[in-house]
Amino acid sequence: MLKKCASRIYMVLIFAFLYLPIIVLIALSFNDSRSKVKWGGFTLRWYTGCFQDEKIMTAFVTTLQVTFLSAIISTLIGTLAALGIAAMKKRHQTIYLGATNIPLLNADIVTGISMMLLFVKFIDLGFVTVLLAHITFSIPYVILNVLPKMKQTNRSTYEAALDLGATPLYAFYKVTWPEIRPGVFSGFMMAVTMSLDDFSITYFTKGAGVNTLSTMLYTELRKGIKPELYALSTILFFAVLLILLAGNVYPGKKRVAAK
Amino acid sequence: MRKFKQQFLAGPYLIWIIGFILLPLIMILYYAFTNGDGSFTLSYITAIADETNRKAMGLSLRLGIICTIVCLVLSYPLAMILNNMKIKNQGLVVFIFMLPMWMNFMLRILAWKLLLSKNGVINSILTGFGLSRINIINTPTAVVLGMVYDFLPFMLLPIYNSMTRIRKDWIEAARDLGAGNVTIFLKIILPLTVSGIISGIVMVFVPSLTSFAISQVLGGGHVLLIGNVIEQDFMQGMQWNAGSGLSFVLMIFVIASMTIVNIFDKEGEGTSIC
Amino acid sequence: MKKRIFSALLISALAVSALTACGGSSSAKKSGQTLTVLNYGKYIDESVVKQFEKETGITVKYEEYESPEEMYTKYKAGSINYDVICSSEYMVERLINEGEVLEEDYDAMDNYKNLDPTILDMSASYDKNHTYSVPYFYGTLGLLYNKTTIDAKTVSSWNCLWDPTYEDEIIMENSVRDTFAPALISKGYSLNDTDENHLREALDILKKQKDDKIVYAYYVDETADAMIGEEASIALCYSGEAALAMAENDNLDYSVPKEGSNLWIDSWFIPKSCTNQTNALKFLNFLCKDDIAEKNFEYVQYASPITSVVENQDADVKNNEAINPSSDTIKRCEIYKALSDDDSAKYTKLWQELLSY
Repeated sequence: MLKKCASRIYMVLIFAFLYLPIIVLIALSFNDSRSKVKWGGFTLRWYTGCFQDEKIMTAFVTTLQVTFLSAIISTLIGTLAALGIAAMKKRHQTIYLGATNIPLLNADIVTGISMMLLFVKFIDLGFVTVLLAHITFSIPYVILNVLPKMKQTNRSTYEAALDLGATPLYAFYKVTWPEIRPGVFSGFMMAVTMSLDDFSITYFTKGAGVNTLSTMLYTELRKGIKPELYALSTILFFAVLLILLAGNVYPGKKRVAAK
Repeated sequence: MRKFKQQFLAGPYLIWIIGFILLPLIMILYYAFTNGDGSFTLSYITAIADETNRKAMGLSLRLGIICTIVCLVLSYPLAMILNNMKIKNQGLVVFIFMLPMWMNFMLRILAWKLLLSKNGVINSILTGFGLSRINIINTPTAVVLGMVYDFLPFMLLPIYNSMTRIRKDWIEAARDLGAGNVTIFLKIILPLTVSGIISGIVMVFVPSLTSFAISQVLGGGHVLLIGNVIEQDFMQGMQWNAGSGLSFVLMIFVIASMTIVNIFDKEGEGTSIC
Repeated sequence: MKKRIFSALLISALAVSALTACGGSSSAKKSGQTLTVLNYGKYIDESVVKQFEKETGITVKYEEYESPEEMYTKYKAGSINYDVICSSEYMVERLINEGEVLEEDYDAMDNYKNLDPTILDMSASYDKNHTYSVPYFYGTLGLLYNKTTIDAKTVSSWNCLWDPTYEDEIIMENSVRDTFAPALISKGYSLNDTDENHLREALDILKKQKDDKIVYAYYVDETADAMIGEEASIALCYSGEAALAMAENDNLDYSVPKEGSNLWIDSWFIPKSCTNQTNALKFLNFLCKDDIAEKNFEYVQYASPITSVVENQDADVKNNEAINPSSDTIKRCEIYKALSDDDSAKYTKLWQELLSY
C-alpha cells in the first residue's frame, strides 16, 4: 500500500513538472494584463491578436508548407529507397544504411551548418533550402520505418505474381504495398513530427523573410515575450491533443524503435 | 534483370545522399582543415584547446551529462510505475506523459522562461507564501532544467518500451524460485532494459551536448555552450573556418560518446536509433 | 484497419489545408517584385511595411538581426541578396570602406528634404557627402534605471555598473562594443580605443563585474521587457528602448552618465548585393515621408532625423532625454568609428573570452 502510494505521488510530481508550464501558458493566454503574475481579468484579445498577427500567421503557414511538402517528398524518396535497398546485396545495403544513419546520429547544429555551407555556394537561402534540408533529415525516418516491413514481405509472392503475368507495378500494388503501407504511414507521421519540431537546421538554412514557427519564436523570444504567444501555445497544444486523440496515435513501440 | 530494376528505385536517394548528406559533410571538412586562402591547416581543430572553447566544451559536457543523469533518474522509476500499472488504458497514461513532447520546442522553453524569471510565476508563488525567491534564471541550472523538460520524453519512451517487452511470467518464475524484489530488479529487469536505457542516453545526451537555443533563451548570455560558440562563429563572427573546425570536433565527440555507450550495449540493439 | 484509414483521411485533410494555404500566399505576391530588407529587431512599425507593399505592389522580405556584427556576417555570407540594410554608423562606415555600399544620389529623392540638416552633418563623420546612407534614427547609449531602488545620482556615473551591491540587478548589452564602451570610459579611455592593453583593462572590469555576480543578463531587445517587469534595477541600453520601457512603467528613468557615452546614428544603405536599386530607393524615400516617419517614431521611440516629427512632438516628449538627446548630452558623447578587420577580430576574441568567463 505504501509503495502504491509512493508511486502515485511520484507520478503526480512528474505530471506536474510536465504540465505546470503548459497550464501557466494556458492561464496567461486568457489574462487581460501584460503582467506575467497578476490576473487582470478574462480576455480573448490575445487570441484575436494572435490571428491578426501577420508574423505568427505567415510563420504558421510556412511551417505547414515545409512540413507537408517535405514529409510527402521524403516519404516518396524514402519508400522508393527502401524498396531498392531491400533488393540489394548485403554489402551495398550496409553502405546505404550507413549513409542513412549520418543525419540521424549527427548533431542538428552540425547538419544545419553543413547544409548551409553547401547551399551558400550554389543557391540563395530561402524557402527551398529549408525544404531541401527538411527532406534530407526526414528521409532516414521513412526508410527505417519501411525497411523492416519490406524485410517481412515474402519475395516469392511478388515473383509469383510476375510469373502469372502481372506487370511489376500491378504486382507491387497488389502484393507489396499492402504489407509496407503501415510502415510508410508511420514513416510519414514521423517525418511530420520531426519537421514540425525542428529548430536548429531551419535556423541555419533559412533565408530572409522565411520563418517557421520555431525560428519565428526564437527571434520573438529574444525581444521579450508577447502575450499573443501564450495564445499561440494554447491553440497549438489543443490542436495537437485533438489530432493525436482523434488519430489514436499512441506512441507505441514503433515510434521508439525508429527513433 | 528484374532485380536490377528494383535496386534502381534507390537511385533518387543515392543522388540525395551524395548531394545533401556527403557533400555538406565534405564542405565542413574542407572549411575545418583549410584557412582563409585554402591551404591546409590544423589550427581550427586544435582551437578546441583555446581557453574559451575548452571552457564552453567543458560546460557543454557537464550540463549534457547532468541533464542525461537527471532524465534517467526521473524516467526509470516512472517507466516502472507506468509498466506496473494495472489499468486498462495504460496506453492513454503513457500518451499523457508524452504529450508535451508534441508542443513546439520553443514554446516549451518559453514556458520555463515565464516560470523562472526573477518576478516570474514561481517566485511570486514563493513570495506569496513568505518564502525566499529562487534566482536560477540565467544560470546553468535554468538551462539544465530547460533541457530536462525538453528531452525527458526521449528517455522515458525507450525505457518504457523495453520494459513492456519483459514478460510477467519470467518475474513470477523468479519469485517462485525465491528471488526477492532486489534480486529480480538486478537480475531481470535491469539487464533487460539496458538497451532502452542506452538508446535513451544517446537520445538525450546528443541534443543536450549540442544545443544552443536553450542556453541562449534561458541563459541570458551567461551560459556559453559549444553550440553557442559555433553559432556565433557562423552568425556573428564571420569565422566559418573556426566554426567548421569546432563542428568537426563536436562530431567526433558525438561519435565517441556513442561508441562508449555502444561498448556497454552488449546486445547491440539499443543504440539502433534506427 | 479503420484507424489507418482515419489517419490517412486526417493527413490528406491537413495536406489540403497546407496546399490551399500555399495557393493563398502565392496569389498575394502577384507583382513578383520583391525587396529584401535587413533591419534591427523591433525597429520598424510593421504596418509601415504593409502600407509600402500595398502602395507599390512590391513584396517585402523582411529580416531582423540583433547586433551590427550579426548583420555584417549575414551580409558577408552572401547567401541572401539584401536590397537595403539598416545598421549602425560604425558598421556602415566599415562597409563603405570595404567598397560594399553603392553610391546613390539620395538628394534626388522627393522626401530627402524632410531630413534635419544638423543630423545629416553628424552623419558626415562616416559618410562625408551623404551619398552612401540615409539616417534613420539616432540616440544615445545610457542607463535605464528603476527610481524606486536607485537614485539619479548613482546613475550619473558609469561606476554604478561595477558596484557589487547591485548583485544580480544589472543588465548589460549582448553586443560587443556597447558593453565595452562603459568599461573603456570608466578606465578613462575613448570608446574608440583599440589598444590591446586598454581593451584588456576594460575586459578585466567586465570580468570582475561578472565575477561579483552583478550581471543579471546580457540582453539586447529583451532589455525593455525585463526592466518593465522590474527584473533588474539598472540596464545598459539605448535611449529609445529606454523610452519604450518608461512609457510602460512609470518607475523607470533614463540617464546618460556624465563621463560621456556613445552617440549612435543608424542609417539605411544600399549594398552591392542589391538587385533592384529603384525599389530600394522607393523604400527609403517612403521611410522619409513625414507621416511614415511619424508612425515609425511612435513605434520605436528613438530620435528621428525627420524635422517634422520632432516639431510635432509635445514639449515633454521633445525634452525627454530618452527620446531626443539634448545638445549638452550630444556634446559629451562620441560616435563609434569603424574597426579594422584586425581590431574587429581582437574585439570578438575578447568578447568570447568574457562570455565564456
